[in-house]
Amino acid sequence: MSAPTYDLGKLHGGLRLPAEKRLATNQSIQLLPLPEQLFLPLSQHVGDAAQPIVNIGERVLKGQLIAETDSSLSAPIHASSSGKVIAIEPWPVARRYGNRAPCIVIECDGDDKPIDAMESVAGYESLTPDDLLLQIMRGGIVGLGGAVFPTAQKLMAAISGPLDYLILNGVECEPYISCDDMLMRERAEEVIRGAQILMHALQLSKCYVVTESDKPEAIRSLGEAMGKIADDRLILKQVPTIYPSGGEDQLVQLVTNLEVPSGGLPTDVGCVVQNVGTAAAIHRWINLGEPLISRITTITGDGISNPLNVSARLGTRVADAVEFAGGYTDRANQLVVGGPMTGKSVTTDDIPLVKATNCILVLSETPDIGPEMPCIRCGECSAVCPIQLLPQQLFWYACADDEKQLRKHGLTDCIECGCCDLVCPSHIPLTADFRQAKARMLEMADEKARAERARRRFESRNERLAADKQQREEELANQKRQAKSIGSAEIQAMLDRSKEKKEDD
Amino acid sequence: MQFSRRDAPFVTPSQSVPVIMQQVLFALIPAALAHVWYFGFGFVLNLLVAAIFCAAGEYFMLRLRKRAIEQFLYDYSAMVTAALIAFALPSLTPWWVTATASLFAIVVAKHLYGGLGFNIFNPAMAGYVVVLVAFPLDLNLWTAPRMGDLDYHYLTFSEIARYTLTGTFPDYLSFDAISRATPLDSVKSGLVGMQTFQELQTLPMMGDFGGRGWEWIGNFTAMGGGWLLLRKIIRWQIPLGVFAGLLLPAGIMYLLQPGIHASPGFYLFSGGTILCAFFIATDPVSAATSDRGRLVYGFGIGFLIYAIRRWGSYADGVAFAVLLMNMATPAIDYLTRPRIVGHVKDERKT
Ligand code: SF4
Ligand code: SF4
Repeated sequence: MSAPTYDLGKLHGGLRLPAEKRLATNQSIQLLPLPEQLFLPLSQHVGDAAQPIVNIGERVLKGQLIAETDSSLSAPIHASSSGKVIAIEPWPVARRYGNRAPCIVIECDGDDKPIDAMESVAGYESLTPDDLLLQIMRGGIVGLGGAVFPTAQKLMAAISGPLDYLILNGVECEPYISCDDMLMRERAEEVIRGAQILMHALQLSKCYVVTESDKPEAIRSLGEAMGKIADDRLILKQVPTIYPSGGEDQLVQLVTNLEVPSGGLPTDVGCVVQNVGTAAAIHRWINLGEPLISRITTITGDGISNPLNVSARLGTRVADAVEFAGGYTDRANQLVVGGPMTGKSVTTDDIPLVKATNCILVLSETPDIGPEMPCIRCGECSAVCPIQLLPQQLFWYACADDEKQLRKHGLTDCIECGCCDLVCPSHIPLTADFRQAKARMLEMADEKARAERARRRFESRNERLAADKQQREEELANQKRQAKSIGSAEIQAMLDRSKEKKEDD
Repeated sequence: MQFSRRDAPFVTPSQSVPVIMQQVLFALIPAALAHVWYFGFGFVLNLLVAAIFCAAGEYFMLRLRKRAIEQFLYDYSAMVTAALIAFALPSLTPWWVTATASLFAIVVAKHLYGGLGFNIFNPAMAGYVVVLVAFPLDLNLWTAPRMGDLDYHYLTFSEIARYTLTGTFPDYLSFDAISRATPLDSVKSGLVGMQTFQELQTLPMMGDFGGRGWEWIGNFTAMGGGWLLLRKIIRWQIPLGVFAGLLLPAGIMYLLQPGIHASPGFYLFSGGTILCAFFIATDPVSAATSDRGRLVYGFGIGFLIYAIRRWGSYADGVAFAVLLMNMATPAIDYLTRPRIVGHVKDERKT
């Protein structure tokens, strides 16, 4: 067993939040029973939606590819169980924009029959990194920490530059969520084996497995697994329990004491961050041949009778999962997908559980905290902002819609962690305001870009026309010069041709 | 099942403006008791008058500006303003002076600038400065503090109430008989009159550091301030800045020429220094907002207090110092923006 080492860097601000994790961690991960129907959205990741390759009425097997990708940023979808495709239609989903998205609906036959030819790789060590990455892409693996960026693409982008560390993110800093904690407790070996695959794909020889100080069980079992696998490239690390230490850039800062440059990626400082759940999924795909068809999800909150962590097939409706967790309590009032700080509230539990769903949080009604007051400039928000922004100034400029100042004060650097909201005595929904301001700014940038493109198109058209004209004149002059030495009939023919050409334009 | 929708985060904020203001008021209690003990019951009357007129001003302006009356009236910010005005005024002050200060503070300095959160100037100090200019004589009537060995005249409640209501004393009392120059006044005029500070320190009104009585009020005020610091209602940057801004120049001057300058301890424990450091300068709305900015802001106030006391024409400079620094706040905020994580230093300047 290896003991954890501690962090180097320091985070500005942050909050110590009541963890609320015990609710769901006092029982082991339960297997969620197969539902009758599965709803698999074509877009469960950042990027373009996958394209269905099955027809309605077609029988599919567990693990079968049902939607593939033809774009460079996308991830394929596999059937989570065997059954019949009964529809490909819009269905409610949890997304930031819009409430419905196209889903492949599978009626399960209950046999859960796996596809025979599950592509299992004999030994990934024999693959070149490129081949291994392609293979990872085929498994439909995306970042399971909640960002759902296609993993292979992220890794491909990463290996184009110099790298120092792989960082496995087991820092689940948001309250309530415990799926990664439970994964590390119960399946630490999968995590470590996934890390080895990732290191091979990235040709890296150093990996920090990082978790929080409030997860002693996870630290113990990770340590045991590392002792057993005895790979000295892996180092266990522990960071303090402060929200939002699990944010990708924040974690890099804590572990390496390097700041990810504004607008940049961890790779800019030589790091690749992967969620522990993603690592385990990669292990299951590469070593065991099981594509991403299930994930661990925390079902918790004071609106749930029996909070717990489940291993759920993707596409299971939230309603089915909640039923398994004993159903709702009388107090259930809000349904949040994700954690209480950054999650999204939805109105219906018909939505399916997807690759991104790390937590289903059902909360009672928010207590009335009184109306929003004006900002009194108390500075509490800037004291907790992990990015060292001045939310009070951002708020001021967001109200004034002053884009220039918003940029100057770093609106685009805001990670929407929600810390500032929590400490604001005036109860200003700062994070929501910043989200909106960002969207507005994007819109404007979009408009600007479009105008710029149009302008450039117009300019280059003028240039092209001018060049054409010049060329034609030169040709004509040439022809005239030539004409002096040839007959008039030929001249006429040439002129006709040039006129035709002109008309063609 | 249908669920209600909200925006993240879904965790309830733990602090609120009314609670903060209540705690500030609460923290002023020791100072208020000390004030009453040393300067008599007049303080309570002033507080009452200020509270009534501040509340009335607030109510009137909220009506006029069509704002939610209940919400703002109960945020207690007007009461904090009232309390600070009462602390700034001598305990014997005719009611119309207090009322003028209160109304100006709330109506002009607060609401005409946009109400809570938008006022550039500290309302209480703005109100105080207006009456300081408009009623200079009334603001000179500080009684002697109640210290056993002085020829202290104990004023009865009816004498105080009569003065507060009418601005006059019964025939057997005269203004001169009970009014005293404050230690700040005496030291200032003494130093101008070529007395050394050491000579001035032997005056009966002088205590260990500042004026008798005043020192103790300072101690009790600091007690409340310390409690606010512990409860994290205020942060340490502004008080530290004020003390440093005052004590550094005062200390240097005193070390260079101890005869013709008053000691830093005297400045610290005289007038409104401590009240300013913990309760006036820390008014968040009109103060600088970043940590570094607050140090600068506090230091500026401390330094101006010293400069005005030493070289200005007023004995105490707290109110002017605060108002001057209020004006500098936007510039301080802009220049002390913290470096955003992930940005290189120089980018800030662009
Ligand atoms: S915490 Fe709220 S009231 Fe305080 S400065 Fe920030 S936005 Fe303003
Ligand atoms: S939401 Fe943005 S502004 Fe607020 S604390 Fe987080 S990063 Fe800072």
